[in-house]
Amino acid sequence: MACPQDLLFTRDHEWIRIQPDGTARAGICDFAQEHLGDIVFVELPAVGKAFKQKDVFAVVESVKAASDCYCPAGGTVKEVNARLVDEPATINKDPYGEGWMMVISVASREDLRQLMKPEEYDKYVAEGGGH
Amino acid sequence: MKYLPHTEADRKKMLETIGVSRMEDLFADIPEGVRFKGRLDVPPALSDPELMRHLRELASRNRTVDDYTSYLGGGAYDHFLPSVVDHVASRNEFYTAYTPYQPEVSQGTLQTMYEYQSLMCELLGMDVSNASMYDGATAAAEAALISCRHTERKKAAVAATVHPEWRQVLRTYMWGRDLEVVELPHAGGVTDVERAKALLGPDVACLIVQHPNFFGCLEPVEELEKLAHAAGGLFVAGVDPISLGVLKPPGEYGADFAVGEGQSLGNHLNFGGPYLGFFTCTEKLMRRMPGRISGQTLDANGQRGFVLALATREQHIRREKATSNICSNEALCALAAAVYLTTLGPRGIKHVAELCLHKAHYLHDRVAMLERFKPAFSAPFFKEFVVRSQLPAGRVISGLLEDRIMAGPDVGRFYPDLKDHLLFCVTERRTREELDHLVARLEGSL
Amino acid sequence: MKRVEPLIFDLSSPGRVAYSLPAVDVPAAPLERLLPAGALRGRAPRLPEVSEIDVIRHFVRLSRLNYGVDLGMYPLGSCTMKYSPKINEDAARMAGFTELHPYQPEETVQGALELLYQTQCFLAAIGGVDKVSLQPAAGAHGELTGLLIIKKYHESRGERRNKVIIPDSAHGTNPASAVTCGMETVEVKSDERGGVDLDALAAVLDEGVAALMLTNPNTLGLFDENMRRIAEMVHAKGGLLHYDGANVNAIMGITRPGDAGFDVVHFNLHKTFSTPHGGGGPGAGPVGVKKLLEPFLPVPTVGRDGERFFLEDDRPQSIGRMKSFYGNFNVVVKAYAFIRSLGPDGLKRVSEDAVLNANYLMRRLQPYFDLPYDRHCMHEFVLSGRRQKNENGVRTLDMAKRVLDYGLHPPTNYFPLIVEECLMIEPTESESVETLDEFADVLITIAGEAKENPDVVKSAPHDTPVLRLDEVLAARQLNLRWKKG
Repeated sequence: MACPQDLLFTRDHEWIRIQPDGTARAGICDFAQEHLGDIVFVELPAVGKAFKQKDVFAVVESVKAASDCYCPAGGTVKEVNARLVDEPATINKDPYGEGWMMVISVASREDLRQLMKPEEYDKYVAEGGGH
Repeated sequence: MKYLPHTEADRKKMLETIGVSRMEDLFADIPEGVRFKGRLDVPPALSDPELMRHLRELASRNRTVDDYTSYLGGGAYDHFLPSVVDHVASRNEFYTAYTPYQPEVSQGTLQTMYEYQSLMCELLGMDVSNASMYDGATAAAEAALISCRHTERKKAAVAATVHPEWRQVLRTYMWGRDLEVVELPHAGGVTDVERAKALLGPDVACLIVQHPNFFGCLEPVEELEKLAHAAGGLFVAGVDPISLGVLKPPGEYGADFAVGEGQSLGNHLNFGGPYLGFFTCTEKLMRRMPGRISGQTLDANGQRGFVLALATREQHIRREKATSNICSNEALCALAAAVYLTTLGPRGIKHVAELCLHKAHYLHDRVAMLERFKPAFSAPFFKEFVVRSQLPAGRVISGLLEDRIMAGPDVGRFYPDLKDHLLFCVTERRTREELDHLVARLEGSL
Repeated sequence: MKRVEPLIFDLSSPGRVAYSLPAVDVPAAPLERLLPAGALRGRAPRLPEVSEIDVIRHFVRLSRLNYGVDLGMYPLGSCTMKYSPKINEDAARMAGFTELHPYQPEETVQGALELLYQTQCFLAAIGGVDKVSLQPAAGAHGELTGLLIIKKYHESRGERRNKVIIPDSAHGTNPASAVTCGMETVEVKSDERGGVDLDALAAVLDEGVAALMLTNPNTLGLFDENMRRIAEMVHAKGGLLHYDGANVNAIMGITRPGDAGFDVVHFNLHKTFSTPHGGGGPGAGPVGVKKLLEPFLPVPTVGRDGERFFLEDDRPQSIGRMKSFYGNFNVVVKAYAFIRSLGPDGLKRVSEDAVLNANYLMRRLQPYFDLPYDRHCMHEFVLSGRRQKNENGVRTLDMAKRVLDYGLHPPTNYFPLIVEECLMIEPTESESVETLDEFADVLITIAGEAKENPDVVKSAPHDTPVLRLDEVLAARQLNLRWKKG
């Protein structure tokens, strides 16, 4: 799957989409969900919690592994996807859409500049980026 | 040597297959500088009859609770073990099995774990149980560490009436993580609620209480639970599982974690170990649980089976982010506990608890009439109580020993302000004749 | 047709009993008079009501669903699933050992204290250390104890060091134990020979390092020839070395970690010293230290004064207690009996045969699987299932499940993490040539099946009491206990 063109990406396979109102929605990429296998549980952050870029904001668990998710850009959590509590496999089915994990208010545009654009990310994945 | 099957012919054939001429060649990677020269300093091998004779000699230099009448308690208890327990626990398929990482050939272990978990939840009134920790003391310590992590606070409060060795273990574990422990003082053998209020602030992650406590007294658990929760901390109840035949279980008075020593459930005294730490919690805290847990599922044919569940919490997957470093647990002791609880059933656990309760109160009331001994506290108690002695504790203990009675321990060893106080425990094994005899000795010839 | 053994709760029938206790023989006041009403239990616990015959049949049937060492081989790397001698079990069952209360006066337990004392001495001799505590209840507990001792040592010298170096091949308990003492883990990679990469080690060694945790031979079954150099490097920076004793079965009487520079050594009695695994425990993880760390050992240890044995707890700088009472005494009894049965020559033979068996299996299997380290191994070795995965889409997990169909237990898989599709094999000295050949033949057959008939491997097991279990379902629909109704 070529990645969606309206997102920015981290080297650890998280994505972030800036929304018109200036907040940003974040989740994990197709590469990550495929690598993890069937997701059975997601530990989401509390609303109101603040993270810096690269802080662990969530943990995604499959049967055999538990993966930390790193915050793509620093900010404060405004909303989390409650659907993932009962249907964690939504991340497997639709990682860029219904499988979104949190909405944050972005603290620094500078953080966003560190991220990869879609073409860069596609190239990164094709070259075996991350693990 | 009977544990080493290889004959010289076997070894020769194997060395040939490997392609070396001598055993020594296989150790070529070990540098000269670290080779051990000479023989290990352990005694020469004993044949089986010699070994048995030696072990019997060692065993004969011990006095047991079968040879002597024991009133020893303090965290390890002389309860009656139904015969079925050891018959089950000594099945080769149970005791020589490995950890059930290959569930398809471990359903015996996994289903008995699940049943143990269920039985403990029922007894304690809690939502989830793990498959065991090392003992009550480490279970309580791990509950404290988890509480600190969960609440993001750095202090654990523990009642001074909690078993002294539990508190020592707690201090060691908390120091390990650079966390603090604060103790809540007692008055009259029970935690002082007023003074507890002052010590339970917004920096306290949990309150650990034992009920009955080390002195055998019942604690004001409902009030303490409210204080702990009002301060935003978690409430850890350490309980005697036998007491739950008559006492309200911790799940009904708001415990977040209910832990304790499960040795009373089908395990021998074993001079202090192996014992059984049980660890249960509410559903909310389930993912914080340490150790192994068995969960139900289906196999490829839709048949019910069991697997290790929530394994992503554990060290072999989560490594430094695991909920605990625990790997090997006390599985066989938990199996014994499961058999014991199954054997006792709801009537049996009530029956054994009532026998302990009534016999302990009988002894207590008779001791209360003596000149030189008095119960130290007036709080309600279950099967243990503290006696203040006008004679030095050591003299009482050695005097009774001459009459083949084991009393104590001397509480003063653990609580410096309680010198010459003795802890007495009465289980269902003590008969009225034995109790009367003890009273007569205390009264008379000491 | 497969019979599924119900849960004990489902065998319950109200009114049945399996216990026998006497009637009360003292005055029995109503409970409300002895205990406050609010403290009393309302509803009885929903424990099963069954007869004794139900208890026995239920648990005996469940036992028959289990595999055990007394049934067949367990070639599990780093687990040392050797045979548990029955005389050790008899020893441990003697009433003179099982019916002792830990708070009995010391003069009534001299036999028990002597047994503990001697075991302390034997382990010290085997490990090349000065003093041993038998208190830790498991290997991971022993690791934690060792690291706490090291932490206290540094504190006593006014130093705050909080880094622990751990090789990338280490067992998961190592980093988990380090974190439990408030330490940060720093991973050091292995070189192509499988040992610690010295340059990588030098790069992470500084005055913030509290300790290096190592097992030698390592989890690849290889002895790190640079052991002395590694110890020098760590000591030069003021750090200490903790030896993970999981692999002691390879080295008894041949080399001793204490002589190679380790300051702390922990032992696994349920591995090297033959005590049974019990379905997951109990084990025991005694810790031995060099003189400089003796003041920090947990209390109590057992001391000797002529013919008298006693508990020694006068150790002001001790880390404190790691568990209640003295350790898993009944497990120690079995290890004691094992050591007394073998003596010094027997223990050395144990290690020699363990190493011989592993090398034999490795060479027999070498033509059929990828061998990441083609050199003499010690008591265990690793293979990679990479070839089978790439050529036939058959994974190590599938091959492991297929071993079950042949009535044997598979080796450890997917550990250590540094080998792709890893199979870690440790036969132990208990296995005869015939058993080893049988196991090798099974793996070779499966390698063949992977080529000729991969589906039978991928859908294994077929002949076990249950088939492959749905772990995703177990995780998504958590069912961790029986509930009524």
